[in-house]
Amino acid sequence: MQYLLALYADESGFSKMTPEQQQQGYASYMAYTEALKTAGALVGSNRLRPSATATTIRTTNGKTQVLDGPFAESKEQLGGYYLIDVPDLDAAMKWAGRCPGAQHGIVEVRAIWAM
Amino acid sequence: MEISDRDTALATAETVARHSRGKLVAFLAARSGDVAAAEDALSEAFAAALALWPEKGCPANPQAWLLTVARRKLIDQIRTRHEDGGTDELEAMAATLGEVGADEIPDRRLALLFACTHPAIDAGIRSPLMLQVVLGLDAAQIASAFLLAPATMAQRLVRAKAKIRLAGIPFRIPERSELPERLEMVLDAIYAAFAEGWIDAAGSDLARRELAGEAIFLGRLLSEMLPDEPEVWGLLALMLYAEARRPARRSDEGAFVPLGLQDAALWDASMIEEAEAALRRASGAGMIGRYQLEAAIQSAHVERRRTGAVSWNAIVSLYDALVTLTGSPVALINRALALAELEGAAAGLQALAQVSGDPRIGSYQPYWAARAELLSRTGAHDGARQAYEIAIGLESDPAVKQYLEKRQAALETGTTPPA
Repeated sequence: MQYLLALYADESGFSKMTPEQQQQGYASYMAYTEALKTAGALVGSNRLRPSATATTIRTTNGKTQVLDGPFAESKEQLGGYYLIDVPDLDAAMKWAGRCPGAQHGIVEVRAIWAM
Repeated sequence: MEISDRDTALATAETVARHSRGKLVAFLAARSGDVAAAEDALSEAFAAALALWPEKGCPANPQAWLLTVARRKLIDQIRTRHEDGGTDELEAMAATLGEVGADEIPDRRLALLFACTHPAIDAGIRSPLMLQVVLGLDAAQIASAFLLAPATMAQRLVRAKAKIRLAGIPFRIPERSELPERLEMVLDAIYAAFAEGWIDAAGSDLARRELAGEAIFLGRLLSEMLPDEPEVWGLLALMLYAEARRPARRSDEGAFVPLGLQDAALWDASMIEEAEAALRRASGAGMIGRYQLEAAIQSAHVERRRTGAVSWNAIVSLYDALVTLTGSPVALINRALALAELEGAAAGLQALAQVSGDPRIGSYQPYWAARAELLSRTGAHDGARQAYEIAIGLESDPAVKQYLEKRQAALETGTTPPA
């Protein structure tokens, strides 16, 4: 079964870190990705550009509205994702627990709705 | 009424709740087979106690008071469920509750433990079920510890209790012939709870912190109820040895301290003594088992506090027996590490290779950590770096992660610190 691990964190946190801490942060994610690959569970993953660079589009009553910025102003912003393929939710939860994102932010686990 | 009297009454209510809940649930559920109904009735009784006792004072026999109120609730439940007034069920209940003397409520907790760990119940839910039903832990707390969503946990617990009721899972101690196998399931459930509590070394995670203590409580309870079963003492010893080392597992700064480097003076001496006594009690029966072997291995490790050294020979032999008995990959990995202490890293790697075919080790952190450690000792730095990478990626504890990252980094500079 496929699950999306959506990573939410306070974006401003990254710039507050020392270069050493940032490097360590990258390294943690790389190790995590490597572990997923080795286990044959990784389908895909990506880091997203900051939420300030987001653009939203909404069409109501034939009128299209385009806005700068993310969908919602929130304390934590969507920063990246992992798409994994694992036997069940229990396994997905285990991986979510290992994700560095769980330590400095939130990991939302959603099952893919296979159509 | 004085404020202090109210506080005393409240404190009494809470104490009785803490200590008697399991016994009361077990007693009420054992005859009807309906765990959920017993829990509900008892919850209402406790709520009534918390409301009334501060006003009216504590009853002379709190347990009997709670039982009486819970019984009334159950009777009401039965009456509403049955159109005919539920005469049969009511008679059965009257018979049960007639057994209760003024003083002692019979302890049916052992039967409850066997019911919760019955083979018909999904293996994954046995430990949480046991924790909730026998100890009264709440579903959300258990969920966090077992890394499950609270709603999922609650749902699975409801299903498990329904299964007990609908499938007619018996509340009794199994026959002699089935006992070893069934007892092992109870022990496994208790150990599963302990293991979840063990993960939180620093004791900073509220949900987990108490689990180790609760598991030990159950282990001690079991040893009182089944004093002639060696594996019961073996499990108790194992948990006590492990828990005794908690003060030494993290440095003052919260850094991970591996077993070999732990300050033995920080280990809880009285807990170790209790563990030794339990292990001695177990070996008296002359029937070896998995938990006794694991406890003996722990005993060999903590012997360092007296002799200053570890007897790797003894540990390897014990792992040999454990591997023969269980064939578990975990035992094989730990044996490989112990063998490396005795015969060098190359021998350890060879032993570790026995597990590499097992598909489960792909995401088993200790395998990769062991592999990394042994490879680094043989100077195979590329392989070690790769293995550390995966071990780090599989680790959820930040302190352990940091420790592995340091060791990985040390490969570059060639200054590998001692394990």
